[in-house]
Amino acid sequence: MSALAVEDLTVSLAGRTVVDRVSLTVPRGCFAGLIGPNGAGKSTLLRACLGLVPAKGTIRLDGAGLQDLAAGHRALHLAYLPQERETAWAMSVEAVVALGRLPHHARFAAPSPRDRAAVEAALARMDLLAFRHRPVTGLSGGERARVLIARALAQETPVLLADEPLAGLDPQHQIALMRLFRDLAREGRIVIASMHDLTLAARWCDRLVILKDGRVHAEGAPQSVLTAPTLRDVYGVTAVIETAAGGLIVQPVDLAGEGEAG
Amino acid sequence: MTALRFQPVLAVLAAAAALLFLLSLAIGPAGATPAVSLRALFGGGEELMVLVMQEIRLPRALLGLIVGATLGLSGAALQGYLRNPLAEPGLIGISASASFGAVIALYTGLSALFALALPLMALAGAMLSVFVLQAMAGSDGRPLTVILTGVAISSFAGAMTSLVLNLSPNPFAATEIMFWMLGSLTDRSMPHVWLVLPFTLVGWALLLRLGRALDALSLGPDAAASMGVDLGRVQRLAILGTALSVGAATAVTGAIGFVGLVVPHVLRPLVGAQPSRLLPASALGGAVLLQSADILVRVIAPDRDIKLGVVTAIVGAPFFFWLVWSHRRSGL
Repeated sequence: MSALAVEDLTVSLAGRTVVDRVSLTVPRGCFAGLIGPNGAGKSTLLRACLGLVPAKGTIRLDGAGLQDLAAGHRALHLAYLPQERETAWAMSVEAVVALGRLPHHARFAAPSPRDRAAVEAALARMDLLAFRHRPVTGLSGGERARVLIARALAQETPVLLADEPLAGLDPQHQIALMRLFRDLAREGRIVIASMHDLTLAARWCDRLVILKDGRVHAEGAPQSVLTAPTLRDVYGVTAVIETAAGGLIVQPVDLAGEGEAG
Repeated sequence: MTALRFQPVLAVLAAAAALLFLLSLAIGPAGATPAVSLRALFGGGEELMVLVMQEIRLPRALLGLIVGATLGLSGAALQGYLRNPLAEPGLIGISASASFGAVIALYTGLSALFALALPLMALAGAMLSVFVLQAMAGSDGRPLTVILTGVAISSFAGAMTSLVLNLSPNPFAATEIMFWMLGSLTDRSMPHVWLVLPFTLVGWALLLRLGRALDALSLGPDAAASMGVDLGRVQRLAILGTALSVGAATAVTGAIGFVGLVVPHVLRPLVGAQPSRLLPASALGGAVLLQSADILVRVIAPDRDIKLGVVTAIVGAPFFFWLVWSHRRSGL
C-alpha cells in the first residue's frame, strides 16, 4: 500500500514512555497535521520515524520497513525539517539548499546534472532565485524558513516530516507554508507536520492526528476531530469553533472549568 | 562577502605555502645564497653547508609545513564538528595532555635517555585524552559534552604540569620544561619529522573525510542525522584525527596556540563558509601562517631564539581582537 505506516511505535527516553504504542497510516497524497499539547510526544514521534531515537514497533513506507535501512539510504525516502533553524555558518542560500542533495551522491563526487536541477527547482519553488548568493545568516526568519524548506525539497523524498514549521512565522508565511505542504501532498507526497495553530491545521490539513500523553487521542478529518469535548480533554481549554470563509475557525478562548470568559 | 571561486583560493594558498617553504630553507645564520643553499640541500657543495641544509633547515621547514597544516586543518574540523567558532585543538584538551606527557618525560629524565622519549610520551598523553573524551562523551555525544570534557581535561593536565614544575628538582629543569612548553621548531632533526609524519598523515586522512558530514552539520545535528550522517562516526573521526595529528605535532614542537583558532576564521569568508571547503584551505593556511611566523622569528631576532608559540600568540591575539571587532560591526 502506498503509505507511511507506523505500527505499535513505542519510544522510551530516560525511563519515561514518551510515545506509547502509536499506530497510524498516512497515505500518499495526504497532508497530515500532528497536534496536541506540549510534551505530548509529537516531536519524538517524528524523530522516531526518522530513526533519530531508538523505538520499538515498525515503520513502513509502501510496505517496506524503514528501520532496517542504513541512515544514508533512509534519507532518500524521508526528509526532515527540524524545529531548529539556526545555520551555524554564513553559507550562501544556494549552498544550504544543495545540502539536500548529500544523500544522493557518493562521497567526494561532484554534483550531477540531476543534483543541480533539483537545487534549481527547489530554489525556484521557494522563490529564492534572487537570494541564491546571499548568506543565510543575514536573512529574516521567514526567508530563512523558506531556505530550509527548499533544502528539504531538494532532497526529493516521497515523505516530508516537519516539526513545528509554523513557529515564528507571520500569517502570510504561515499560510504560504500550509498551501505549499498541501500542494506537495497533492503531487503524491506524504507530508506530516506538527503544529499548534488549530485553525490553520483545520483549514489546510487533510487529516489530523491528536496526540496526548504519547498516545493517539483522536484521528480523522479536521471537522470530526476538532470538537469542543476533544479540545477540552486534550488541551483543557474551551474554544469557539465556527465555519466561515469556506472552512473551520478554531479559536481557544479560556481554560476549561474557569467559567465563561468576560 | 561574496565567496571567491574555490580552486583559485586553494591554488594561491598552496603557492604561498610552497614559496614560504623555500624561503624557510633559504634563511639561517649560515648566510649562504639561495643558490648555494639549494645545491647543498641535494648534497652538492661544501660539506658543512650540506649538513646545515639537510640536518637543520630541512627538518625545520618540513615541520613548519606539517605542523602548520595540522593545526589549521584540525581547527577547521573541530569548529565544524562542534559548530563553534571558538573551537580549536587546545579546547578539547589534546594539546594540554600531550604537553603533560612531554613534561613527564623531561622531568623524569627519560628524554635524556633517548631522544624520542619526549615525543612518544607526549603522544601517549594525547591518546589518553582521547580515551577520556570518548568515555565521557559516549558514542554520539553532544558537542557541549565534548567541550566540557575537553575543558576539564585541559585544566587537569595543566594542573598536573604545574605540579611537575612545582616539584622540579632545580631551576634548570624547570626552565627546560618552560622553554619546551612555549613551542618551537628550533633544533629539530629528521627523526622528529619521521616520527610526526605517520601520525599526522593518518590524522589528516581521518579529518579530511569529515567534509560532507560537517557541511550537513551546519544545519544542526538532527538535520544532519536525517540526511544520513552518522554522528557517532563524526565524533570518532574528529577526536581521533585531531589527537593523532595535533598530538604528534605537539609532541615535537610543543603547544603552539592560535593557529588552529585564527586560520579557519580568516579563511571562512573566502570559501563561502562551507566547512568541507574550509578543511583543505585551512590546512594550507595553517602551513602559511606557521611558516611565516617561524621565518619572522629567525629574521627579527636571529640570536635570541624567540619561541614560535610566543610569536603566534603575540601576532594572533591582536589579530583576533580585530576579527571580533569587524565581525561585530558587520553584525554577523
